[in-house]
Amino acid sequence: MVVALILLLVAVGSVLFHIYSPWWWTPIATNWSYIDHTISITFWITGFVFFAVIAFMAYCVFRFHHKEGRQAAYNPENKKLEWWLTIGTAIGVGAMLAPGLVVWHQFITVPADATDIEVMGQQWQWSYRLPGKDGRMGTTDVRNISPENPMGLKRDDPHGQDDVVIENGDLHLPVGKSVKVLLRSVDVLHNFYVPEFRAKMDMVPGMVTYFWMTPIRTGTFDVLCAELCGSAHAQMRSKVIVEEESKYHAWLEKQQTFAELSRRNAVMKATYKSGGR
Amino acid sequence: MVDVPYDAVTDVPPAEVPEVDLYHPKSWWTQYVFSQDAKVIAIQYSLTATAIGLVALVLSWLMRLQLGFPGTFSFIDANQYLQFITMHGMIMVIYLLTALFLGGFGNYLIPLMVGARDMVFPYVNMLSYWIYLLAVIVLASTFFVPGGPTGAGWTLYPPQAILSGTPGQDWGIILMLASLILFIIGFTMGGLNYVVTVLQARTRGMTLMRMPLTVWGIFTATVMALLAFPALFVASVMMLFDRLLGTSFFMPALVEMGQQMKYGGGSPILFQHLFWFFGHPEVYIVALPAFGIVSDLISVHARKNIFGYRMMVWAIVGIGALSFVVWAHHMYVSGMHPKFGFFFATTTLIIAIPTAIKVYNWVLTLWRGDIHLTVPMLFALGFIITFVNGGLTGLFLGNVVVDVPLSDTMFVVAHFHMVMGVAPIMVVLGAIYHWYPKVTGRMLDDWMGKFHFWVTFLGAYLIFFPMHYIGLLGVPRRYHDVGEAAFIPSSTHTLNAFITVMALTVGFAQMVFLFNLVWSYFKGRPSGGNPWRATTLEWQTPETPPGHGNWGKELPVVYRWAYDYSVPGAAQDFIPQNQPRATPALQGAAP
Repeated sequence: MVVALILLLVAVGSVLFHIYSPWWWTPIATNWSYIDHTISITFWITGFVFFAVIAFMAYCVFRFHHKEGRQAAYNPENKKLEWWLTIGTAIGVGAMLAPGLVVWHQFITVPADATDIEVMGQQWQWSYRLPGKDGRMGTTDVRNISPENPMGLKRDDPHGQDDVVIENGDLHLPVGKSVKVLLRSVDVLHNFYVPEFRAKMDMVPGMVTYFWMTPIRTGTFDVLCAELCGSAHAQMRSKVIVEEESKYHAWLEKQQTFAELSRRNAVMKATYKSGGR
Repeated sequence: MVDVPYDAVTDVPPAEVPEVDLYHPKSWWTQYVFSQDAKVIAIQYSLTATAIGLVALVLSWLMRLQLGFPGTFSFIDANQYLQFITMHGMIMVIYLLTALFLGGFGNYLIPLMVGARDMVFPYVNMLSYWIYLLAVIVLASTFFVPGGPTGAGWTLYPPQAILSGTPGQDWGIILMLASLILFIIGFTMGGLNYVVTVLQARTRGMTLMRMPLTVWGIFTATVMALLAFPALFVASVMMLFDRLLGTSFFMPALVEMGQQMKYGGGSPILFQHLFWFFGHPEVYIVALPAFGIVSDLISVHARKNIFGYRMMVWAIVGIGALSFVVWAHHMYVSGMHPKFGFFFATTTLIIAIPTAIKVYNWVLTLWRGDIHLTVPMLFALGFIITFVNGGLTGLFLGNVVVDVPLSDTMFVVAHFHMVMGVAPIMVVLGAIYHWYPKVTGRMLDDWMGKFHFWVTFLGAYLIFFPMHYIGLLGVPRRYHDVGEAAFIPSSTHTLNAFITVMALTVGFAQMVFLFNLVWSYFKGRPSGGNPWRATTLEWQTPETPPGHGNWGKELPVVYRWAYDYSVPGAAQDFIPQNQPRATPALQGAAP
């Protein structure tokens, strides 16, 4: 029976494609392997249901297709069977939902020792801010944004003066340290997306969103924007470099603080006004 | 609980049914153009939806050409790509599927299936179509205005939808919002009609629990649409104000390209809540009519009653109700309060239970049936496979933490195309093959139909099944070109090219289908009144195609449920709903 055979082949082919697919998730670089495990559980349960339903359907087509003299059975309902199927489905759903909610609880519970860092999106570039020696970041306001102050820091906030500002550059992170990534946008929605991190979150103008993670291996990772943000959405790229702590500190030393940037800008402005003398 | 016989309702005697006042056309114009006959309006809706749907189909080819062979087609740039995806999505979801299922199938089938002469408010019904047509014209006009159509994505998220970094910021977005507002006004007029007709105009004996599932699906979807579309309506009006009057409903203080804007205090996330409060029920507004119709296709062509009819009805109603409390599963990574995730993941996964019941009952209807592999049945089988596949991937995206890595990737694109693109289209096509004989009096060509089915089903499956894995890899959606990224292997480009070739092939098969529609209208085999030997009322009309007023002098009277197929001891394998049961006297006379 050709039709039944094709239907069965669709089910078998899908399973084989899944097993042999060269396209699979990227090697993970953070603590969120829990998420990958939850996806695996979901693949097993849904894969079983998919195969069972399609194979049963193919069998029905094979066994009960029209032949001269065949008469269909007349059975309007079967309460017992319907209830068992409902209960079975509920158990399967629970087996996916329960681990999902547990991991979600971890995902939204930021550990106390996580360091705050900030990612700011704008059309179409990424900027980063790291807390300075005082370990705290200064406050910001979108109304403060100007060419001299691209991230909109408040000038009178003492915590902001030693913040490290990286405009349109790459982010470095030390391996093994938990970070709470604070996300901010100045114009439209963006989404800080590094496939290897698994975590992602929209950046919304007018508010600060966040996620947390602990990088577990060193490497250089592509940053993409995952929320449509206009014409150059696909080109809004940057890199995150996860490295050993010593290397990270060496890099950090070379970065400019907000105070240094402001001073440089002030000097440049004065130079410009005085005509270079 | 023991089996309850469906005909526990006592027979209703063919009492006097008050005759409704029908509008009788007086000229060619009022008969065929400004018609108040639901059947004509249904055809107008269907043809308009198909026409604009073809535009969306062509747009999908263009975007697939770009994705399959980036850089090859100089006439497609990033802005145009965004305009293509936006218009493709909006047209397919709203102007094609919603209009076709409710305006097309709803108008044609509701009065015929419940035994009414027409919709209850024929004049408003006519207005509904003409406002819909206006909405379509306004939408299509954006292709020709300066700046072109909006490229904000079909979700139209502010602030970018109305800022200058997005194509179509001048006219495109304004006309898009205006068109949506018109669509909703037009739909409300039609929708009120469908609901009132089902509730008030059923013929004698047609109890709610004797209605075919097609009517249940369309009825429930219409009630949902009447409750969900107002959210989109207010969101559209507010965004129009933000764009035209400079209000700040959805616009916070922001800096655009270095310039401080005058907006302040609005919330972009508020728009997303309003949009998805409409947008998620919208998925089921498209799915429920498909659920209903496919139940009837399977039952008729397997010559067997639908399995678990009452459970099917309650599943439709339950899904409809639940679908109003799951909307924020589209927003797990939107930045809304993270604790919402617990609630919306739970409601979303619960909705899988009634949905799964429906799938079980479809395949259990096939069990011990007499399966005729007609073209409508093939499409029904194709629907089950694609719907099961797409429904199961919904369990990934609905389960909040699993959604985090997959959100905004091609996995989402593959999922929703499988579940609310391919699956409902399978039902639309199957339904057209099924009811075309009633509409035209001729059968569609069988050979072309089978060719159409196999290419469409297998092709669409080969497009969207592998696409999930591109998303699992991490490729984001809405990228006209993934460009350089270390995590994307070059084999992905080969797969993308393959998907493009399949998309063009499936597109070609639709041309065969259109040819079949036209050819069979003139040359098709005459069908007679009831070619599928079906029980429901639309197949029992005195004329085919049904005449003005549907039923001749007397309205039909219903004596039984819609699924009396292969009843033991019956003379043939179906008993029409309007066939009286044997009288007790006769039964008593039997030996």
